[in-house]
Amino acid sequence: MSALLEVESVSKAFSGIPVLEGVSLSLAAGRVLGLVGENGAGKSTLMNVLGGVVFPDTGEVRLAGDEYRPRGPAEAMARGVAYIHQELNLLPNLSVAENLFLPRLPRRGLLMDRRRLEALARERLLAVGLDVSPWALVGDLGPGARQLVEIARALAADARVVILDEPTTSLTAPEAERLFALVRRLRDEGRGLVYISHALGDVLRLADDVLVLRDGEVVGSGPASGFDEARLITLMVGRSVDTVYPARAEAPPGEPALDVSGLGRGGAFRDVSLTVRRGEVVGLAGLMGAGRTELLRAIFGLDPPDSGEVRVHGRPLRPGPREAIARGVALVTEDRREDGLVLDATIADNLALASLPAHARGGWIDQRALAQALAAQAAAVRLDAPAGLGRPARTLSGGNQQKAVLGKWLLGRPSVVLLDEPTRGIDVGAKQHVYRLVADLAGGGAAVLLASSEIEELLGLADRVLVLRRGSVVDELCRAEFDRERILAAALGVAPAGGRS
Amino acid sequence: MIGFLRRWPALGLLALVGAVFSALSPEFLEARNLVNVLVQSASLGIVATGMAFVLLTAGIDLSVGSAMFVSAALAGKLVVAGWGLGAAFAVVLGVGLAWGLGNALVVTRLGVKPFVVTLATLYIGRGFGLWLTQTRALNLPDSLLLVGSARVAGVPLPVLVLAAVLVAAHVVLEWTAFGRHLYAVGADPEIARRAGVPVRRTLLGAYAAAGVLAALGGAVAVAQLGAVSPMFGREREFAAIAAAVLGGVSLFGGKGRVLPGVLLGTLLLQTVENGLVIVNADPYLYPMVLASVIFVAVLLDSLQARAWRR
Repeated sequence: MSALLEVESVSKAFSGIPVLEGVSLSLAAGRVLGLVGENGAGKSTLMNVLGGVVFPDTGEVRLAGDEYRPRGPAEAMARGVAYIHQELNLLPNLSVAENLFLPRLPRRGLLMDRRRLEALARERLLAVGLDVSPWALVGDLGPGARQLVEIARALAADARVVILDEPTTSLTAPEAERLFALVRRLRDEGRGLVYISHALGDVLRLADDVLVLRDGEVVGSGPASGFDEARLITLMVGRSVDTVYPARAEAPPGEPALDVSGLGRGGAFRDVSLTVRRGEVVGLAGLMGAGRTELLRAIFGLDPPDSGEVRVHGRPLRPGPREAIARGVALVTEDRREDGLVLDATIADNLALASLPAHARGGWIDQRALAQALAAQAAAVRLDAPAGLGRPARTLSGGNQQKAVLGKWLLGRPSVVLLDEPTRGIDVGAKQHVYRLVADLAGGGAAVLLASSEIEELLGLADRVLVLRRGSVVDELCRAEFDRERILAAALGVAPAGGRS
Repeated sequence: MIGFLRRWPALGLLALVGAVFSALSPEFLEARNLVNVLVQSASLGIVATGMAFVLLTAGIDLSVGSAMFVSAALAGKLVVAGWGLGAAFAVVLGVGLAWGLGNALVVTRLGVKPFVVTLATLYIGRGFGLWLTQTRALNLPDSLLLVGSARVAGVPLPVLVLAAVLVAAHVVLEWTAFGRHLYAVGADPEIARRAGVPVRRTLLGAYAAAGVLAALGGAVAVAQLGAVSPMFGREREFAAIAAAVLGGVSLFGGKGRVLPGVLLGTLLLQTVENGLVIVNADPYLYPMVLASVIFVAVLLDSLQARAWRR
């Protein structure tokens, strides 16, 4: 059997940081390739190369024997590669049929040919086994049906390669079964499929071959029959530790600073209870979409919870960021560009933003004291701002922006600090500074709740780790029990690798 | 019927307003007055239809009142100077088109927010028009008033123009690729772009439609009034936005229809104004009553948009 799609030693680096290193794979027609790896292992980048979203730095891709270097998603589609993204790209206010064919709606003269559009849409919907009216609004469909519409859209009749990125995250079990049936049917029609998922059981059930990525490299590949979940997990996590974590003093048993009981909000998370003591760092692990960000936002009061209670130093916290800040709670958000920094304001203004009340006397701001505090704070977080604090925050590098966000919150001397992915997208050196800051915070008596996708980071910094899966706490480990595989297994919802440690 | 009312709350409000005014004055329900409401609605309905194109893209055009003024003032000068009505009418539409394209180019090429761009052109246009007319009213020949009060097969000409505009706009929005692209861009420009929708060209079309229809609505009003005063078209942008939003066109983009939506919204506003005149309400109360109606409409829109997002 000749290969339909061949990837040969493809490498890609983003601003000097390698994301893919010499990755090769081969996909035959009529087969399903399961692609697994931790968050950040390079799965998405690899598929973005195939989908024409990203150009590889080196390496070669061949499609049915011909050179394949798509310069954009449109070209990838035209060559017969359908990439179905994890997040849906549908317009809720338009009909199913229109979503399927936009912007190439069939016409007769100047007008849209509604009858032909309907016929074409029915054909596509039939191909994915979705039984809805072509004129139904996409906004009125459930997540399962939307996923199928998305697939139907990407699935031009001549799509030879179909890439599915985490297609089941928002689906119920029966909906997922329908999707699996569709995957098998597409395979039997002679197309080649790439199936990316954190649901390892699904991957093993569906895939003919498996490819495991770790840190941008292929660490395992072969027929799916040669793998089981335990082996996949071992391959996914077994990495060398090359980051040094600051030494943490053994946490003295401080009194509880943050008490969360029975907290729930919509479909994001439910019945979460946890306690963080003074001087303690508690890690929050979980896959993307497990509810970590939502939980932190709810504790801080950005999105008020539906049920449950948050207590700070024993007293209930009314929902709302102003109240939270006044009570000494700080939230460092994951998306610093969106939530954390006012990019066009000066660095100094950003630093001061959350702690103005502390430097105000009767409503007037003590400018001199504030300037001194800002300079001291910039030095404390090792903010590298060569042009001074009067420059816009936009001019800082990613790592320094993150330090500025941290500095902003720490200036208010918070006693409860919520950190959401504090090291995402920053370089190794800046990470070290952030780790140092976290350790110093806890050393100074603050209670720290740290959410991170990098299990390594949690193991290096936290005193305890809670694992979230689908909005519930499914496991809790104290330092003596720390085990990467157990955390990943809990996050994925599979039994931990037995007998190994 | 209940479902229809839920979908078009303007219809229920219209019935309510009609019931109140007919209780207050027997004159209100007379056929003569109802036709009058339709005739008075023509100009606003046309301008509001153009506004709907822009609102559907999640944009806004605050400059339509000034577009009405400038195009009418320019054409009025030409008519006074001896031009024929047909040629002057072509100039009106040409100015409207250029106006809309100008707005759109600044929005799409320079990336300035529509609110800011059209706020600027609102004042630029008003100033230019005042300079052009030297703040004096232009009195136009009686032949124009004859056109404005003409009837075709018993139907007043302004009503016919309104009907033609509404039907044409409805067909464009519902039955052409351009129309569907408007909805796509209004819902999410990024997703629309990724799907391959020509976002810039779509926006260009939306603002061009707003400009042309503003000018046309201005021409209809001038033909009814017979003069262009320095106040002509002032604050019509708010009436147009209100009519569109009352008719269910969302300020957040991507949602709303010209038929029956914009028509209902226009009739509602015009009926309130007409009724206030008939019951001899204090003219100083008009803006307050109209503003309250608009507030309710915008409030409903916000609540629905929030539900939509959930």
